[in-house]
Amino acid sequence: MTSTVPAPAWTAVCPLSAIEPETGVAALLPDGTQVAVFRTRDAVYALGNIDPFSQAAVLARGIVGDLRGTPVVASPMHKQRFDLRTGECLDDQGVSVPTYPVRVVGGTIQLGRP
Amino acid sequence: MTRTVVVVGHGMVGHRLVQALRDRDAEGAWRVVVFAEEGRPAYDRVALTSYVDDWDAARLELDGARYAGDDAVALHLGDPVTAIDRAARAVTTASGRVQPYDALVLATGSAPFVPPVPGRDLPGCHVYRTIEDLDAIRASVERARTGVGRGSAMVVGGGLLGLEAAKALRDLGVSPHVVELAPRLMPLQVDDGGGALLKRLIERLDVTVHPGTSAAAIEADRGRLLARLANGTELDLDLIVFSAGIRPRDQLARDCGLGVGGRGGIVVDAACRTTDPAVYAIGECALADGRVYGLVAPGYAMAEVVADRLLGGAAEFTGADMSTKLKLMGVDVASFGDAHAATEGALEVVVNDAVAGTYRKLVVSDDAKTLLGGVLVGDATDYASLRPLVGRPLPAEPGALLAPAGGGGGVGVGALPDEAQICSCNAVTKGDIRGAILEQAADDVPKIKACTRAGTACGSCVPMLKQLLASCGVEQSKALCEHFTHSRAELFEIVRATGITTFSELVARHGSGRGCDICKPAVASILASLGNGHILAGEQAGLQDTNDRFLANLQRNGTYSVVPRIPGGEITPAKLMAIAQVAADFGLYTKITGGQRIDLFGATVDQLPAIWRRLVDAGFESGHAYGKALRTVKSCVGSTWCRYGVQDSVGLAIELELRYRGLRSPHKLKSAVSGCARECAEARGKDFGVIATETGWNLYVGGNGGTLPRHADLLVSDVDKETLVRVIDRFLMFYIRSADRLQRTSVWLDSIEGGLDHVRDVVVHDSLGIAEELEAQMAEHVTGYADEWAGVLADPEKLARFTSFVNAPGAPDPTISFRAERGQSVPVPLGIPEVVSR
Ligand SMILES: Cc1cc2nc3c(=O)[nH]c(=O)nc-3n(C[C@H](O)[C@H](O)[C@H](O)COP(=O)(O)OP(=O)(O)OC[C@H]3O[C@@H](n4cnc5c(N)ncnc54)[C@H](O)[C@@H]3O)c2cc1C
Repeated sequence: MTSTVPAPAWTAVCPLSAIEPETGVAALLPDGTQVAVFRTRDAVYALGNIDPFSQAAVLARGIVGDLRGTPVVASPMHKQRFDLRTGECLDDQGVSVPTYPVRVVGGTIQLGRP
Repeated sequence: MTRTVVVVGHGMVGHRLVQALRDRDAEGAWRVVVFAEEGRPAYDRVALTSYVDDWDAARLELDGARYAGDDAVALHLGDPVTAIDRAARAVTTASGRVQPYDALVLATGSAPFVPPVPGRDLPGCHVYRTIEDLDAIRASVERARTGVGRGSAMVVGGGLLGLEAAKALRDLGVSPHVVELAPRLMPLQVDDGGGALLKRLIERLDVTVHPGTSAAAIEADRGRLLARLANGTELDLDLIVFSAGIRPRDQLARDCGLGVGGRGGIVVDAACRTTDPAVYAIGECALADGRVYGLVAPGYAMAEVVADRLLGGAAEFTGADMSTKLKLMGVDVASFGDAHAATEGALEVVVNDAVAGTYRKLVVSDDAKTLLGGVLVGDATDYASLRPLVGRPLPAEPGALLAPAGGGGGVGVGALPDEAQICSCNAVTKGDIRGAILEQAADDVPKIKACTRAGTACGSCVPMLKQLLASCGVEQSKALCEHFTHSRAELFEIVRATGITTFSELVARHGSGRGCDICKPAVASILASLGNGHILAGEQAGLQDTNDRFLANLQRNGTYSVVPRIPGGEITPAKLMAIAQVAADFGLYTKITGGQRIDLFGATVDQLPAIWRRLVDAGFESGHAYGKALRTVKSCVGSTWCRYGVQDSVGLAIELELRYRGLRSPHKLKSAVSGCARECAEARGKDFGVIATETGWNLYVGGNGGTLPRHADLLVSDVDKETLVRVIDRFLMFYIRSADRLQRTSVWLDSIEGGLDHVRDVVVHDSLGIAEELEAQMAEHVTGYADEWAGVLADPEKLARFTSFVNAPGAPDPTISFRAERGQSVPVPLGIPEVVSR
């Protein structure tokens, strides 16, 4: 008989201080999914790390900034920008990357299941 | 029925006629047969002197000069017309062809006038009109090179063409003497005051001027030439160029009984028709209204008249503007309208500023209300705004118009009526240009050029085009991005002047928002150019593009490539083995680059420090292949080994590469050094390229390969190493200061106001007085240099960033896999999972 242990709702990833403000890092979830975690001056965001245009797992290495006030990351591969809040690509309508629930508890960043 | 027009001569004007006729002859009324004496299609003779820059004749060819795909035009190259039979209406050519015509157009141009000096036919005596003439001059210069010291040359004639020839000779590394019969240079264009200043400015540039005398005799003297001037001076020379005026080529017309002028030139009426109504003459061979026009714009106007007449029109040639503006060896000269105050009662207003080195004269009507003409020497910025005012009421006091250069007394385009000509080369009026901007949506200078042809010939009206864009409400934004309204050059100045060292402070004080992938790397580069420590220190890391952030080049599957520096392409077997061992141990795909070094592909982020630990231990340092920075200084093997080499190109390349390594700039910088004129290192395809001469080095700047290849232009010639390095220091720093983001030196040179001449003024003649500052800045870079990779390896905080996953430092990235191709690892195209061990 097999019993399924429910995965915990939140996975601790790293201390907030491990991410420089206005940059991102990649994290590996237990199921093998890669998540790009970004820290801006005032918030933390989590998107899928795979750039949908090149299929390469690189979004975490993009430059973080804003497009007319919207927080974005630009893919390091071909520079398309993604809204950090929604995962939507702002340069190509209809393309988007998944977003993940993220929170900071006691100085630690935790990712939730989408 | 289709009729035949035969065009004799495929020069600038002959070609313009064919173009104009073909553009307008919608019904195909005319078949065009062109006979050309020269063996190549029409080329830009006005730009002939620039041939010396790259010896690339193809670049000078005029647009559309081969009439590709146009069956109505037959172009016979290298087959001159030898006789005209007007009764039979047919021409005979050198190859024996007989071609009947319904209409005949003579566009045979002119020939250089060679004064009857004894010895003028000796080897080493040249004229200056065709590409072949320049090839012959070059051969003479090269022969002279085998002698000792710098070659010397005499140019007979100090007019526009003579000074062009002097410039070409100087660019070829020869010291020219210019002999002019008149008491001043450019006697046709400028007056005595302007001529005196011109002489002073030109002599600063290593050209000796002998005014008021002439060449009396030339003798061969032990393989060289000895010239005696009428004033007794003797000159020991390698070559002589005659450039003492032109004579219309009217022999064909004379032979068939057409009317010619007393001093030459085929007589034509306002329709450009000769004394035979079936025969026209246009360009420099024509005598229109009693004069021969030695400039291309009047010739173009005549071509347009004949095209119109052939199609039944009634256009007339009513004389042309003889205004000229040129920059000779960096010296501005312009003359327009009645420059010599020949109009009855004309008054002259002159400002001769010996200190600033400018001479400015306006000629006005006797009531001082109408502008008649003028002369500008030393600074001709105001030519574009003053010339269209000729014949019109003055917008201000003449004295105010001559106020310090660039002021133009506030004469803007606004003061001009719509019918004023802005581009006199192509006869484009202000109204035409406004029409293009407002109705054809031409919202930048290149589009105006395409719509109207304005600014495509001499380019002097380009500043006016910009003013017109602004006055039509088209904003030429130079803002870097939405976060900064400044251009990159302005931001550079702000950072330099304020000493700001972080992006956050800069954007808070001078920008808005949080920044983006455009301004962040641009500012990071500025901060690095001004020396602000390691490019990954503190906040700087987050500003960098991924390549700079991981000090490696991102590849399509998310891995990186690694390029250690191999200065000058010289490497010991031991170091070569060290690279090979690293590549083998990490399973990296290995390829030799075009810059004489080795690229190792397929490294994951977490492997980079381990790879570099090994490379640094073996004595390597970062090659900055990832940065907008100096890449390599390529070299040929040079005089150490090569039988032909004249200098140690490898030694110099290594020295330059070590001097400028790590220098951050608006775009990547490539360089090369060739040990002789054979140019095996391809230095002229580089941002700065050095080619050895017998006695020193020539420096070329602004070259690049890529989509729009460009040969580098000669900046200085035959200088010693110390001077060379000083000029490169200044050139690179001036580029870093003033270029736009991601603007290669080639584009920068083409877009900076004043172009190469201006850059030479600044970096060689220090016209802005900043040379010392530029040198100091470079000295700071050189002493402050430290290897970026060594810096990372020594700093645990920076090292910690080189992990694939923040929560699983050792875990490999599951999306990355490799397959084998020709015995090496290459990426598996993403989306197709497949793993091979490596
Ligand atoms: C170095 C230099 C710099 C110049 N700079 C300027 C400048 O800054 N501004 C300016 O306005 N002008 C300048 N000019 C002048 C300008 O080049 C001429 O005004 C222009 O080229 C005249 O054009 P064209 O067609 O009448 O003559 P060309 O261009 O000389 O063409 C005439 C052609 O006819 C051919 N030909 C002659 N006889 C025959 C025959 N029997 N059969 C077939 N073909 C024949 C010739 O070989 C030649 O190719 C410069 C000229 C030179 C040489």
